[in-house]
Amino acid sequence: MDEQVVVELKGIVGAENVSTALTDKITHSYDATQERHLPDVVVYAGTTAEVSRVVMLANRHRIPVLPRGAGSGFTGGTLPVKGGIVLVLTHMDRILEIDTDNLIAEVEPGVVTAELQRQVERRGLFYPPDPASREFCTLGGNVAECAGGPRCVKYGVTRDYIMGLEVVTPEGDIIRTGGRALKNVVGYDLTRLFVGSEGTLGIVTKILLRLLPRPEAKKTMLVQFETIEGAAQSVAAIIGAKIIPTTLEFLDAATIGCIRGGSGIPLEADCSAVLIIEVDGDAVTLDGQVEKILAVIRPLGILQTRIAATPQESEAIWQVRRMVSPSLRKVAPDKFNEDVVVPRSRVPDMIHALERLSAEYGVAIVNFGHAGDGNIHVNIMTDLRVDGMAGKVERLLEEIFRTVVELKGSISGEHGIGTSKARFLHTELDLQTISYMRRIKAALDPNNILNPGKIFTDRLPVPAGDAGGSEP
Amino acid sequence: MNGNKSLKDFERQIRECVKCGVCQAHCPTYKERRREGAVARGKIALAAALLDGGIGLEEQLQQDISMCLMCGSCVRSCPNRVPTHEIVGAIRRQISEHEGPSLIARGVSAMTGSRTLMKALSRGGAFLSPLLFKKIPETSGLRLRFPIPAMKDRTLPRIALRSLFDRVPEFVQGREEMPTIGFFAGCSITYAYPEIGEAMVRILNHRGYSVFLPRRQQCCGIPALSSGDGRLVEALAQTNAEAFAKRDVQSIVTACASCNGGVGEYYRTMHTDLQEFTDKVVDFSVFLQQDGLLAELEGMEKWPERLKVTYHDPCHLKIQGITREPRAFLQALPNVDFVEMENADACCGLGGTFSVSHYACSKAIGARKIPGLAESGAGMVATACPGCIMQLQDSINRAGLKMRAVHILDLLASALP
Ligand SMILES: Cc1cc2nc3c(=O)[nH]c(=O)nc-3n(C[C@H](O)[C@H](O)[C@H](O)COP(=O)(O)OP(=O)(O)OC[C@H]3O[C@@H](n4cnc5c(N)ncnc54)[C@H](O)[C@@H]3O)c2cc1C
Ligand code: SF4
Ligand code: SF4
Repeated sequence: MDEQVVVELKGIVGAENVSTALTDKITHSYDATQERHLPDVVVYAGTTAEVSRVVMLANRHRIPVLPRGAGSGFTGGTLPVKGGIVLVLTHMDRILEIDTDNLIAEVEPGVVTAELQRQVERRGLFYPPDPASREFCTLGGNVAECAGGPRCVKYGVTRDYIMGLEVVTPEGDIIRTGGRALKNVVGYDLTRLFVGSEGTLGIVTKILLRLLPRPEAKKTMLVQFETIEGAAQSVAAIIGAKIIPTTLEFLDAATIGCIRGGSGIPLEADCSAVLIIEVDGDAVTLDGQVEKILAVIRPLGILQTRIAATPQESEAIWQVRRMVSPSLRKVAPDKFNEDVVVPRSRVPDMIHALERLSAEYGVAIVNFGHAGDGNIHVNIMTDLRVDGMAGKVERLLEEIFRTVVELKGSISGEHGIGTSKARFLHTELDLQTISYMRRIKAALDPNNILNPGKIFTDRLPVPAGDAGGSEP
Repeated sequence: MNGNKSLKDFERQIRECVKCGVCQAHCPTYKERRREGAVARGKIALAAALLDGGIGLEEQLQQDISMCLMCGSCVRSCPNRVPTHEIVGAIRRQISEHEGPSLIARGVSAMTGSRTLMKALSRGGAFLSPLLFKKIPETSGLRLRFPIPAMKDRTLPRIALRSLFDRVPEFVQGREEMPTIGFFAGCSITYAYPEIGEAMVRILNHRGYSVFLPRRQQCCGIPALSSGDGRLVEALAQTNAEAFAKRDVQSIVTACASCNGGVGEYYRTMHTDLQEFTDKVVDFSVFLQQDGLLAELEGMEKWPERLKVTYHDPCHLKIQGITREPRAFLQALPNVDFVEMENADACCGLGGTFSVSHYACSKAIGARKIPGLAESGAGMVATACPGCIMQLQDSINRAGLKMRAVHILDLLASALP
């Protein structure tokens, strides 16, 4: 990195917020994918103006800029695959306003999701999106990935709660999208364009969030099934009965195998699927909702039902769900975690297809996730030290994604594309659509400095006039 | 032979970090700084790079490795239980070995090595006032145990006129048929809070035990560990084990969570075989519950006038999973109304020698306890570690709250006849 650029960066954000020490490069070289790419310089920004000036400088010198929140991304979004400036936003972490009259919060991007949730809940309000990482991921990262979570069945994903943004463009301009009014049709809906754009189109520096009144109470239950069909039919039956639970999580037989014994709640020996169902709303309506659910699922091969009577018991049920990820390591050392999503009614088809593929390839696949919205966390458990395994997994992944698309689903429900799934983008999107997206990217970021190498691979044919794949 | 583990000994665990970032939610230094170098994940990445030879002990690395309270909060929540606090200790020892001991490390050994300074101060009844500290050499260990670099505004414990050793004999006879219990008091209780130690001895004796408080016991080694002085930790471990071997003790009770973390938890990880000693180490709350005192308290009638008391989890108990026992005592005490507070398990910010090397950060971490303390409505916060008492009281005074930090044993002693 040019010494002069470093000097200028220090002039913008202060010397203490710029580092080219190897130590800092190493500690900003990874995210939850565990891949490693060293940046050239690490910068911590404190204000929108600083972000803007850093981006202008980078644009002038054609240096890649990698916005970074908590680095909890699962698809390599914040990895400096082409070097450059890792621009960390965790110091922009103020909650600027909680407007209880209009049910809006305005925040900086570095605010941790759960922290905002705690603050609004103190005021009787509610911010629903609840990624499992909410205790540490940032709202900026949530916007960039359009994060989801268990509560999405009923409440939707991050996109549904973003009313407006302040964004620094790849050329350093500061623009504002959306606004505080509930209706707004003035010009293009740029807010939607930025949500889920994985830091490739602009850097979010302020976020206007829509809030809801906090539900008065909730009730959690854990249901054990004899078969995966029973669980899948239950999901359909519950939705069919016009009940939308807050969460509808499922664990398959392989998952149950991983946690059996260790789980605080005993699981029956012949249990091959578990549903965790939670409903929320006014306290008086909850028991009615629970009864209705039990009535429709009762005929579907239930081994046991446990309804939490206290918050502690509810916590114990969620503890079963939270045990899953850590327990997977027992199966095999290497894990490929994909978050495919299919229409709700196709979940059983998808699970069967995965069982078949697992047998065919001789590779363990563990599935769990958000049955209520068809989002399945497919975990391919393997040992990459085995000869030829890497190639095998690659073929298996491709087949899984093709199956997902055949079932009219998507290859990623919430984690995004980043670098991890870029090579599979074409399994879902046709070339025209990809080309349209790349033209947007090229138009907004002519020098390809914002998060280059993400979403699109350089391998695919580049349409005319597209600078998206060129080296900076 | 080197009793302490080296970085290499942790290789497998270091590789088990999956970079999930969960530790960010629990690491006090990260929450304060919000920089990756401050969090467990960053430190583990550096540890891996050190093992691979990808980096040397450069200045920034030393900085990041110093930014750790060794509180273990990350370990408890880590899906793979990566023992960052131990790994940080190993890197700090490596730094001391290569670069020579840091100023802090030299200070620790100046004190913990001899103890004469502490003793002299204790007998003289001196205050740990800023004035006094001016007279103490820059490298003195006192600055570590009761840190005060230019801490004009810090509330410090008063060094007691008479130390615990002046107040309690080395051996207190109990009932004939009952076993002897060793009491590892530790520096803070011995010199700054001897009343806690007296309460401990009195309660044990009241339960019928004979109590052995060997005079040859030394510092547990936590400050030395925190500052990277591995050799000193080893020497202290040996001396302490020998001191308690002089009598046939059934258990060795601690009333200081840090000491328990030292003589119990840490010594157990050492290569040197101290199992005969470490197997006996037990926190007072666990011991007294097993002994049956808790059950007796639960049977007592509640007093009409009770104190509203909340609880702070000392890191060194929390990491060993000792969170229920201390609360059970507070719930059972007839003179106490127990209330939970928010962030009860967040670190107080003292962290071995951390508060000396990073005073501003330590204060800021301490201040994070304040909203929870204030909202609990309690008039007292009880805990099980004199270090936490000191730091909590300092944070409380700084925030202008009317609240006292006390040891559970203080409350217990006043409830018993
Ligand atoms: C244990 C664990 C559980 C998880 N559970 C879920 C889950 O349930 N649901 C879910 O959806 N995800 C989940 N994730 C994935 C991850 O937490 C989310 O994608 C999250 O939104 C990332 O936020 P972050 O702050 O860590 O962003 P980072 O990882 O730092 O960055 C992610 C992307 O966002 C970009 N970015 C960050 N900040 C900005 C900004 N201000 N402006 C523009 N671009 C920006 C980055 O460039 C990058 O492309 C989980 C991750 C882990 C480790
Ligand atoms: S929680 Fe554990 S595994 Fe996850 S990043 Fe932190 S140290 Fe690594
Ligand atoms: S031991 Fe404490 S301070 Fe150190 S990394 Fe872990 S949580 Fe952070």
